[in-house]
Amino acid sequence: MASPGEASVDETHVGKKKKLPARYWQELQEEERKDENKVKSDGEQSKEALRQEEDKTQKAKKRKQDQSPSDGEKVKPEKSDPFPGPAPIPEDRLQKFKRKDKLKKPHRKQHKLRDIIARSEDASEMAQKQAARFDLLLPEEAGFLEGDEDEDTCMISQEDIAEAVDITSGAKYFNLKLSQFGPYRLDYSKTGRHLLLGGRRGHVACIDWASKQLMCEINVMESVNDVKWLHTEAMYAVAQKKWLYIYDSNGIELHCIRKFNDVLRMQFLPYHFLLATASATSFLQYLDVSVGKEVAAICTKTGRLDVMCQNPHNAIIHLGHANGTVTLWSPNQKEALVKMLCHQGGVRSVAVDKTGTYMVTSGMDKKLKVYDVRTFKPLKSYFLPAGAACLSLSQRGLLSAATGDVVQVYKDVCSMPVTKPYMAHRLRGTVWGLHFCPFEDVLGVGHGDGFTSMLVPGAGEPNFDGLDANPYRSAKQRQEWEVKALMEKIQPDLISLDPTELAQVDQATWEQRHQDRVEVLGFDPLAKEKFVPKYKKKGRSSAGAIERRKKQVAHEEQRDVIRKSVEDKMKMEKERKERERKKAALSTQKSALDRFKK
Amino acid sequence: MQPGGPGIPQCNARSPSLFTINTWLVCSLLANIFVAIIFPFCKRVPLRYQMKVKVIARNPDDYVRETKLDIQRVPRNYDPSLHPFEVSREYTRALNATKLERVFAKPFVASLDGHRDGVNCMAKHAKSLSTLLSGSCDGELKVWNLSKHECVRTLQAHEGFVRGMVVRYCGTSFFTVGDDKTIKQWKMESPGYGEEEEPINTILGKTVYTGLDHHQNDPVFATCGQQVDIWDEQRSSPIRSFTWGVDSFSSVHFNPVETELLASCASDRSIVLYDMRESTPLKKVIMTMRSNTLSWNPMEAYYFTCANEDYNLYTYDMRYLAKPIMVHMDHVSAVLDVDYAPTGKEFVSASFDKTIRIFAKDGGHSREVYHTKRMQHVICIKWSADNKYILSGSDEMNIRLWKANAAEKLGVLAPREREAANYSQKLKEKFQHHPQIRRIARHRHLPKTIYHQTKELRVMKEARRRKEKNVRKHSKPGSVPVVSEKEKHVVTVVK
Repeated sequence: MASPGEASVDETHVGKKKKLPARYWQELQEEERKDENKVKSDGEQSKEALRQEEDKTQKAKKRKQDQSPSDGEKVKPEKSDPFPGPAPIPEDRLQKFKRKDKLKKPHRKQHKLRDIIARSEDASEMAQKQAARFDLLLPEEAGFLEGDEDEDTCMISQEDIAEAVDITSGAKYFNLKLSQFGPYRLDYSKTGRHLLLGGRRGHVACIDWASKQLMCEINVMESVNDVKWLHTEAMYAVAQKKWLYIYDSNGIELHCIRKFNDVLRMQFLPYHFLLATASATSFLQYLDVSVGKEVAAICTKTGRLDVMCQNPHNAIIHLGHANGTVTLWSPNQKEALVKMLCHQGGVRSVAVDKTGTYMVTSGMDKKLKVYDVRTFKPLKSYFLPAGAACLSLSQRGLLSAATGDVVQVYKDVCSMPVTKPYMAHRLRGTVWGLHFCPFEDVLGVGHGDGFTSMLVPGAGEPNFDGLDANPYRSAKQRQEWEVKALMEKIQPDLISLDPTELAQVDQATWEQRHQDRVEVLGFDPLAKEKFVPKYKKKGRSSAGAIERRKKQVAHEEQRDVIRKSVEDKMKMEKERKERERKKAALSTQKSALDRFKK
Repeated sequence: MQPGGPGIPQCNARSPSLFTINTWLVCSLLANIFVAIIFPFCKRVPLRYQMKVKVIARNPDDYVRETKLDIQRVPRNYDPSLHPFEVSREYTRALNATKLERVFAKPFVASLDGHRDGVNCMAKHAKSLSTLLSGSCDGELKVWNLSKHECVRTLQAHEGFVRGMVVRYCGTSFFTVGDDKTIKQWKMESPGYGEEEEPINTILGKTVYTGLDHHQNDPVFATCGQQVDIWDEQRSSPIRSFTWGVDSFSSVHFNPVETELLASCASDRSIVLYDMRESTPLKKVIMTMRSNTLSWNPMEAYYFTCANEDYNLYTYDMRYLAKPIMVHMDHVSAVLDVDYAPTGKEFVSASFDKTIRIFAKDGGHSREVYHTKRMQHVICIKWSADNKYILSGSDEMNIRLWKANAAEKLGVLAPREREAANYSQKLKEKFQHHPQIRRIARHRHLPKTIYHQTKELRVMKEARRRKEKNVRKHSKPGSVPVVSEKEKHVVTVVK
């Protein structure tokens, strides 16, 4: 692969254009100049090392070249690679694939450990570089929307965007007018190909929305609170008036789960195969959908639970409550992991971003707040005149907030103060559900008058991973993926606030280690055994004698301690005396200067 | 809820009329020429929307295969944020791999039967991987083809036991010693039709020989019996004899790297080292109990491991005999034979307790134990030269072929298979210290007797330790020194 030279990397493309590309015959002069620049500018170690290497290899050659001008101008410098070494990788791209900070090197005495650590660090560095290099080859780029100068992007209507873009993308803006069965909840499948709609008055439909193919449509003849896809597009869960139901993609009822009643909101944890449900009776329940067992049922004791979201980074469930708190839950603990007071007045909606860094909440106090969920600290607070009823975060960090019948999309809410929305769109009815489509620049909005699919350029991740969620997978690939995913289903007890905890060294306390050892051995190796006096003949094992013998060894340990402390005391006393004696000796000794004393 | 308060910019998708026309007019007035140029474009989109927009639009042709004959396209993106729960998923994979390893751990490959008495010694062929020689207690010697699991040649080598056997480095002939006080050299190829089985060379000795070994690349071999003799192949008397106040030796072994060095195990509980170029032995270490045999590390010239009667194996550094480098415990009866893997990283031991154990060269406990219901006391053991198999000869007349790596798949692996195996191996390594994975990886089923004996030994050891502790507690501080396990078994080193 042709690679840009070292010097060119530091500069932008704009600056570069004016200059001619480096030529090998210019190399000699340039290199010398470069060397001077390098010393000042280069903080990067790899480059430095590279340069040193280069220096080493070319030292002999250089010497020759240095001499050659003095010999005569006619001697041509030798042809050499103008871009030596591997292509440099931008620092920010490397940073993206960084997993861990480097370890402190252990002492030289532990040379084996040192060696192992050095090797593994080399390997991970190589992997990091390879991944960063591969990043260059990704085929797609993210979308964007830029207005004219002094024009707000939020003034651009959906129709205009749909008209401006290509036909297939334009077709992604559409309305479904479904006014009969009331406000709609919706969910996109993990690959983003399939859409599930659940009308308040019982209408459930699943659609392959890109091709607008209806997969099934049923009316459950009951109120529907929420709908959710399970791990594939073959099954979905519907929270109905009383129980939780699971249907397949043909609309056939597979299960009615009576253990889950009055469910209001659901979240599916795809890597754990857990369906988390929040109910009107304040129960948070987890259903393992791979084996059909209830994993945990937690009574949160906080009233009706109608605000729920998951942290996709660590599979923690966030619940919003009427008293303004947001609580964090895992299936392993009966108590909330964290309780945060976020709003004065009830919490209306919660959303957590893909990386698990930011949490966005909106409350009855008409505020929109951004929190850092790693430190639980507030970052930003915005005032929305009407308050946001629904929130959703896209894969690339766009926030959509629904206020009444208007959907607003904000950009960079978490990092910088925002005054204007990025996009806005008014709908026919009140918004009921809001969801960004994964891997597409599409925002699905369920409202009183049906469903609207909006175009939001820059929302979706442009490059998907074929082994994780492939929108174009075939049936065979899906089956393969399903088996693999089931094989590596993460057990619910591994859910914790820090998902990388498992890879960290557990520096257990001595007590803990000792306890483990006892468990392994089946006995306590350090336990003090109870003294059992030997049986002795000739009447020496009478009850009194036994007691006397027991008394001899009783409190042996305590005696040891006392003996030791007494010894220490004696020693200190002795030292003190010694010191005093010396002091006294010194004071009695006459010095030559004493005669000047009065 | 009040939508569209003062803070919210109103977006009226349906009413662009007035503002649009205004802008339109201004623009057209300001720059007539410019408008003329972009006029065709403006017709399609009103000028107001001179916006730049791009949305993700994938061409499905780039993501699905063209024909059914192609393989599926799998675009990758290694961005860590697209792969959450990295660690937990890897852990789950490692756990699955560990479980599968235990499921597939079927080490027994084949049993070679045909001997009419216990197998007393075995020898690997120097050049051919599939050839094995074995000698039994009735003096019979068999040559085996391992790939076909069959005996290709049988000969009556000695009267009484075949005590030792070694293949010459060129692989064309082999030597045997027996209880009939003879050393015989045989041709490797079987005699032609009508010819008799006859040794090339026979040396009649004065005493019984108990073992022999051949030099790596010289026509010199060594025997042991009442003394250690060095023989030239061309002569009928030893060129050198070593004695050091010992009446008998049980085995002698040449160092495969430093080829002039030898080591032998003597019946006075000592291990004696020799240099062939010198006339006297180098040094010896006397242990608390007798060593049966020893094996040199083929990669690190100065390490050897001896199989001891006290159920342990000891790895010594030849230069510092005062303390073994490592004590390998786990057997519950005398260890009878030991052989190193050609990589020098592991060795296998055969024991009187009817089991075979595999130890890492620097591991105190075995990583693997092999046993079967029918296998009796294992007398001799060999690790094959391709590092894949282990051969054991036991009392009940059978030679058994085992896999060195119990869960390994035999045969040629497809590239993807090999990759998957490597990946799971790495994962197992990464998570090996996690308690659940370690528990599964370490679990081995043991015969009842061995299980109970192990427990008993542990209790005894614990009792001894406790007693020592008590003695130390009740005596003058410093008068009862702490002796480490390594130091315990060495009596003295003599130079």
